[in-house]
Amino acid sequence: MTRALVNVPARAKKGDIIEIKTLISHPMESGYRVGYGGEPLKRDIIQTFSCDYDGAKIFLAQFSPAVAANPFVSFHTVATASGKLVFRWEGDNGFEAEETAEIVVE
Amino acid sequence: MWIGGALADEIPRDQRRSGYETMRPETRAMQDSDADNPATLWVLDGEALWNKREGAAGKSCADCHAGAAPMKAVAARFPRFDAARATPVDLEQQINICRRDRQNAPPLAAESHDLLALEAFVAKQSRGDTIEPNREPGAKESIEAGRKLFNERRGQLNLSCAQCHDDNWGKSLGGANIPQGHPNGYPLYRLEWQSLGSMGRRLRNCLSGMRAELWPRDAREYVDIEMYLMSRAAGLKMESPAVRP
Amino acid sequence: MSDAPRVFNRRTLVTRAVHVVAGAGALALSAAPARATPDMMSEAIRKLVGGAKVNEGRVTLDIPPLVENGNTVPLTVAVESPMTEKDYVAEIHIFNEKNPQPYLVAAYIGPRAGKAEFATRVKLNDSQHIIAIARMSDGSFWSDGADVIVTIAACVEISEQ
Ligand code: HEC
Ligand code: HEC
Repeated sequence: MTRALVNVPARAKKGDIIEIKTLISHPMESGYRVGYGGEPLKRDIIQTFSCDYDGAKIFLAQFSPAVAANPFVSFHTVATASGKLVFRWEGDNGFEAEETAEIVVE
Repeated sequence: MWIGGALADEIPRDQRRSGYETMRPETRAMQDSDADNPATLWVLDGEALWNKREGAAGKSCADCHAGAAPMKAVAARFPRFDAARATPVDLEQQINICRRDRQNAPPLAAESHDLLALEAFVAKQSRGDTIEPNREPGAKESIEAGRKLFNERRGQLNLSCAQCHDDNWGKSLGGANIPQGHPNGYPLYRLEWQSLGSMGRRLRNCLSGMRAELWPRDAREYVDIEMYLMSRAAGLKMESPAVRP
Repeated sequence: MSDAPRVFNRRTLVTRAVHVVAGAGALALSAAPARATPDMMSEAIRKLVGGAKVNEGRVTLDIPPLVENGNTVPLTVAVESPMTEKDYVAEIHIFNEKNPQPYLVAAYIGPRAGKAEFATRVKLNDSQHIIAIARMSDGSFWSDGADVIVTIAACVEISEQ
């Protein structure tokens, strides 16, 4: 089961810069490790993480295999309008996850 | 590091320090806010499991425990002595006792995601609660057995737990800080594991570090050591689910 | 929305990102070393900046000088910029010398960020030098570097436990 956690302030004043924090459960297996039995562990990583808000992609990160397990990302955006922020993670083996958060901008 | 000399006594209550205090600031920051702490991912899964009806009894944990409020401070007094079963049980075992006897559901495997998630959710309700000495009449024997195991030398390096955690805490071992070895953050997210893990997993890691043989997963020794670790941590506050290097 | 920031046209974003990753991946394959080398890092950086000059300054890479565990090393990159429609930070790329691949992570930011700062956590194999490079909207590159000492964890698992 994939669990994502996004932290977005519930309310903000128009023009405020808000901080957004995200976490998602994922092993980020680098493809460079071997198991306890000596078998190579296949690469299984999240490749991209993005956030859409108020009509545009406001942030995109491209992960390498070196991003730590259960990836954490924090970034900023200007509160422009009330509405939904949509977070997406995509990766190896067809991995896809989406999470949303609502913000009220006044 | 030189390990030897006379055994120091158990750390007095006013000198007890959580592993949190000897961590570097950036690791502490990960524990300080739920939005930064990867263990929160398990807590959220645990909350979902807490509310899910399971087993032939068709009951959820929440159905019997009236929400989660009754779990406050519970983790601070585990392991406890189960008089009916005449044995000490830790929190993991208690959760599986409820699964088996109350929900009529199969027990969850040790170290499985679901068991850790439930345990993290339950233990989180005790954050900030102080560990008090266990005064259950039946617990004494288990605490003493744990104390003995803690002070015995074992393994190829002929070390005891006490030599590191009573006598040499605060010093460094090949770069790693030796903490006092307290149980107040479990289950916790260990950076080394890149995952949440139980007290048992932590103990097995220390046994490996001592080049000592591991006890079987369900061995009584782990619960006895945990009992003793809790008595030796009396006065500290619960931090579960914590973050450790 | 029609007035989405220009750099935030998804196509440009993705092609640019893929270019960086593919470049690094191909390098790792052709040289087939167990880990990246400082040369591979320079090569990966060259692929990003082309012939452009990489200036020092404006970028602050905040990473602990001594980390307790290389599996989860927090880092924050902040870039000085007015972050207006005309003058903003477009991209931040982070490179390392000694992991199997020379790049760690890339972030695409744009004027809507308000503040050019992002944080993540990475795995570092060994003590090494890390470099963060920002590409500004005017095409200039700015950078900061930091040395990290990675200590080895004590009492770890020696077999599946
Ligand atoms: C059918 C009712 C029932 C269900 C369902 C149930 N429990 Fe319990 N639980 C009890 C009773 C009764 C006790 C006290 C007696 C005992 O230890 O068996 C208890 C005790 C506990 C305790 C120890 C509390 C203390 O104060 O020491 C914990 C922790 C606990 N349960 C967790 C859980 C979890 C987690 C679940 C879901 C997986 C669960 N329980 C499901 C009835 C239930
Ligand atoms: C050689 C020294 C050494 C010995 C012997 C040793 N440990 Fe440890 N222990 C450590 C170190 C170092 C850490 C911290 C590991 C890290 O941060 O990477 C630790 C961590 C712990 C922790 C976790 C503390 C926290 O804050 O989460 C517990 C509990 C613990 N040890 C218990 C024990 C027990 C019980 C034994 C005996 C079976 C034992 N240790 C033997 C060095 C030792």
